[in-house]
Amino acid sequence: MLKAKVYVTIKQSVLDPQGVAVQGALHSMGFGEVESARIGKYMELTLDTADRAEAEARVKTMCEKLLANTVVEDYRFELEG
Amino acid sequence: MTQQLSAKEPTAEQIAEQQIYKQMGVSDSEYELICGFLGRKPNYTEIGVFSVMWSEHCAYKNSKPLLRRFPVDGPRVLMGPGEGAGIVDIGDNQAVVFKIESHNHPSAVEPYQGAATGVGGIIRDIFSMGARPIASLNSLRFGRLESDRVKYLFEHVVSGIAGYGNCIGIPTVGGEVVFDESYEGNPLVNAMCVGLIDHDKIQRGVAKGVGNPVFYVGPPTGRDGIHGATFASEELTEESEAKRTAVQVGDPFMEKLVMEACLELIDTGIVLGIQDMGAAGLTCSSAEMASKAGNGLELYLDQVPQREEGMTAYEMMLSESQERMLFVVEPKDEAQAREIFDRWGVICAKVGKVTDDGRLKLYHHGEIVGDMPVTALVDECPIYNKPSTVPAYYTENENVDTTRYAEVKDLGAALEQVLGSPSVASKRWVYEQYDYMVRTSTAVRPGSDAAVVTVGGTRKALAMTTDCNGRFVYLDPEVGGRIAVSEAARNIVCSGAEPLAITDNLNFGSPEKPDIFWQMEKAVDGMAEACRVLETPVIGGNVSLYNENAKGAIYPTPVVGMVGLVHDVDHITTQGFKQEGDVIFLLGETKAELGGSEFQAVVHGVTEGRPPVLDLDTEKKLLGTVLASIQKGLVSSAHDLSEGGLAAALAESCISGSVGAKIALESGGLRPDHLLFSESQSRILLTASADKAEELEQYIAGQGVPAAVIGRVEGTSLEIEINSVSALNKPVEGLKQVWEEAIPCRMK
Amino acid sequence: MKFAVLVFPGSNCDIDCYKAVEEVLGEPVDYVWHTATDLSAYDCILVPGGFSYGDYLRCGAISRFAPVMAEVAKAAEQGKYVLGICNGFQILTEAGLLPGTLLRNTSLKFLCHDVVLRVENNSNPFTVDYAQGEEITIPIAHGEGNYYCDEATLASLKANKQIIFTYASNPNGSLSDIAGISNERGNVVGMMPHPERAVNTLLGSEDGKRMFTSILKAWRDQHDAATIR
Repeated sequence: MLKAKVYVTIKQSVLDPQGVAVQGALHSMGFGEVESARIGKYMELTLDTADRAEAEARVKTMCEKLLANTVVEDYRFELEG
Repeated sequence: MTQQLSAKEPTAEQIAEQQIYKQMGVSDSEYELICGFLGRKPNYTEIGVFSVMWSEHCAYKNSKPLLRRFPVDGPRVLMGPGEGAGIVDIGDNQAVVFKIESHNHPSAVEPYQGAATGVGGIIRDIFSMGARPIASLNSLRFGRLESDRVKYLFEHVVSGIAGYGNCIGIPTVGGEVVFDESYEGNPLVNAMCVGLIDHDKIQRGVAKGVGNPVFYVGPPTGRDGIHGATFASEELTEESEAKRTAVQVGDPFMEKLVMEACLELIDTGIVLGIQDMGAAGLTCSSAEMASKAGNGLELYLDQVPQREEGMTAYEMMLSESQERMLFVVEPKDEAQAREIFDRWGVICAKVGKVTDDGRLKLYHHGEIVGDMPVTALVDECPIYNKPSTVPAYYTENENVDTTRYAEVKDLGAALEQVLGSPSVASKRWVYEQYDYMVRTSTAVRPGSDAAVVTVGGTRKALAMTTDCNGRFVYLDPEVGGRIAVSEAARNIVCSGAEPLAITDNLNFGSPEKPDIFWQMEKAVDGMAEACRVLETPVIGGNVSLYNENAKGAIYPTPVVGMVGLVHDVDHITTQGFKQEGDVIFLLGETKAELGGSEFQAVVHGVTEGRPPVLDLDTEKKLLGTVLASIQKGLVSSAHDLSEGGLAAALAESCISGSVGAKIALESGGLRPDHLLFSESQSRILLTASADKAEELEQYIAGQGVPAAVIGRVEGTSLEIEINSVSALNKPVEGLKQVWEEAIPCRMK
Repeated sequence: MKFAVLVFPGSNCDIDCYKAVEEVLGEPVDYVWHTATDLSAYDCILVPGGFSYGDYLRCGAISRFAPVMAEVAKAAEQGKYVLGICNGFQILTEAGLLPGTLLRNTSLKFLCHDVVLRVENNSNPFTVDYAQGEEITIPIAHGEGNYYCDEATLASLKANKQIIFTYASNPNGSLSDIAGISNERGNVVGMMPHPERAVNTLLGSEDGKRMFTSILKAWRDQHDAATIR
């Protein structure tokens, strides 16, 4: 079993209205040091395989095809186990 | 009787010795009764099952004697209280199904999910009757829109309603939002759903036919919301919030699939009984279905789809996981039922069997883990007649002169103050977050007196509204109860519809307090009387008690949800003034009645005295006259006078119609500020085009309803003269800005 | 002319699209389930609004892998007419049949109200019955209708006249006020506003009717031309 931790974030070049709202809220709460806030998604996939290289390639395809919209989102992932 | 051995669960002996039942809200005497019914001490699962079945939420043990006072029958009523929702005939083999239900306590703790699951629950009530849900409404109460906490609750309740309703595709077409200090810390979230059904499709929640299989439909059961029904039957304290287990999370996508699959299943005609799992989940639905058929039920808990590992019988029986249903078919129809759920991708599991022994028997891991008489669970909960006393505040208010405040001279400023009060102000910020148009049947959108939804393939439409002025009910529960029903009827009639029936949501404080119980009694009496006179029976509803915060009880708030029938879409009428030159009529009499008014609250900062009087015969005559006038085609616009009185009603009609009005009033001895802001009941504003005004005037006069022509639709300002002296002159655009900006400004 | 209205789990404007075709055009129309693998019988495919798969992960992200979507791509390739409304627009962008994507509204709130649209291109098959530059009133109802694409894509949308509708007053932060676009060929259109909700004055507006009459007219023109040839 391998565990893939996938992080999907909005590309730097794209406006993230949720991030802007969270940053504003943090500022109004006195956390003025917050220079920017970006909101993303975190996903955990449990994979029934022991082959890291294969898992690496397949998770990448999953990200490209479904988990991220590469028009506006970046992704990265880690494999554990 | 074998005992399930669970490391954590106390034994029957421990439950008795340590009085663990008390933590579940079961009293000593109730515990004794339960032991009597079982002939032994209940185990942990059984006492859990009894505690939720005997909670106020499920058994109405404190309110039943009052609910019996409501009229529940009428020539059109096809199903009254007792089933998932009431049903009223609308002709052509069609019927309307509707009900309102509260989700106050969950919304106070987790506003988004609390409100969302409230919407989901009431929708299930409607489609479990076999009806297609066509519209939702929400009656909401919050504290003053000032503190961050209130804004947080308001924002998240609204987005929870939007999140669920929009996704499932049922338009949220109306309701009300009121802000008052009394609801601080204990918001009210009452969700209403309206559905349509053909007479021959009506379903009941009964477990019919001994030996028939019982099916579970919907997502797997988790440990969420265990003891929700008990939680709803207690005051909110820090302790109760800690006691609460995981909050239920709504999944509107799942409910959409469950709904479509269940409606398709019902359409096949093979369903013998179907009920949703609402409060107290599997416990309540199985016990009630067995009880209504006079049968027993066996449940095989190992077969219950489970989301978490190692769930106990207690947890499965008490879980309030959402979007679940229970149904019964004959064994021969099992495959057909399964095929439908498979196609919709919804889990369907056989979890039980109808028996003839009148007992609810639970099996888990090959053992009997619960064995209880169904009648004891459903019918034998003790009913309490609580003591009631007249509260001191009520007596004191009798002598308060509501006209004693110095005359307000700047009537324009006062009008702006009233229009800018969040309770009166435009609720656009709220309803624009709701999809109120999906299903393309919404003829009158949110923002008029009542919403109107067309009935496809006919000339008919349904008008719907929710109403309650908690201040009036607080100041005089009986009169306030009468007003709540009458105002709902007025809104329905102003939309061009004939009032059919009501569903009610009785939101009160703790019934253990005699002065609160007095409020309940009196309010119910007032409502019942109004329902009798106006011929709008109560076809179902919900009771929410223990609504209290640190400062005491909320205002007694018996919300009335009313549905009316528009016989022909040509009768649909809205509040906005239509055309320059239209003649404006004021029907009804204006007296100096300021007690509980918006003017008294926002301008003088008090809520005191007696509320306006309401004579039901006068009201009935008014409603009949207005409806007939609309049906004769004489009326261009109609608007009920409520919060903010005549001045606010005129302003709202101007704003909605984007046009001004020139008004000339005779004071009749009233002070100008009283004349404009009194909230005297049984008053309606009508307009008629110039060529129909005379006919309308004659018709109204012939009916013996007091009425006066008070002006014309004209220009771009609201100009009011009193005894030929200018009293108020404001551009409509400016009034509109005050009215529309009040809520968004506070929410920025 | 035969219409298909696709039904995904969670579609909820399917009935409205069906009714609009039935009432405005009286042409044959079928609901087509997301598992269907043959769309050859249809001339126009409507991808309706709603919350397909609950809008979970991203709006339209899961639906684009439904079996029927391969058929929609085939139909588009064959030059058949495809109209994606609201969630349908989101599905078409996720499927790559239309460029760009739809982000959350800048207000972060779901918005339901009438908007005024400007017809930017009336030579598209879906807009021939409108006047160029005409302003029409059609409702929106979405939480994620904020159109986005990169600069190069925007430039080509403009150059090819693929921008079909713009908002007179931008409600959601859309790039260049874009409310609806087409593919390069013009036979696939996606839009956030709901023309199927604007086909009856009793319900507010009938400005959406002409999208349906346009497509019938375009199809007949094409059909007649083919017959004559």
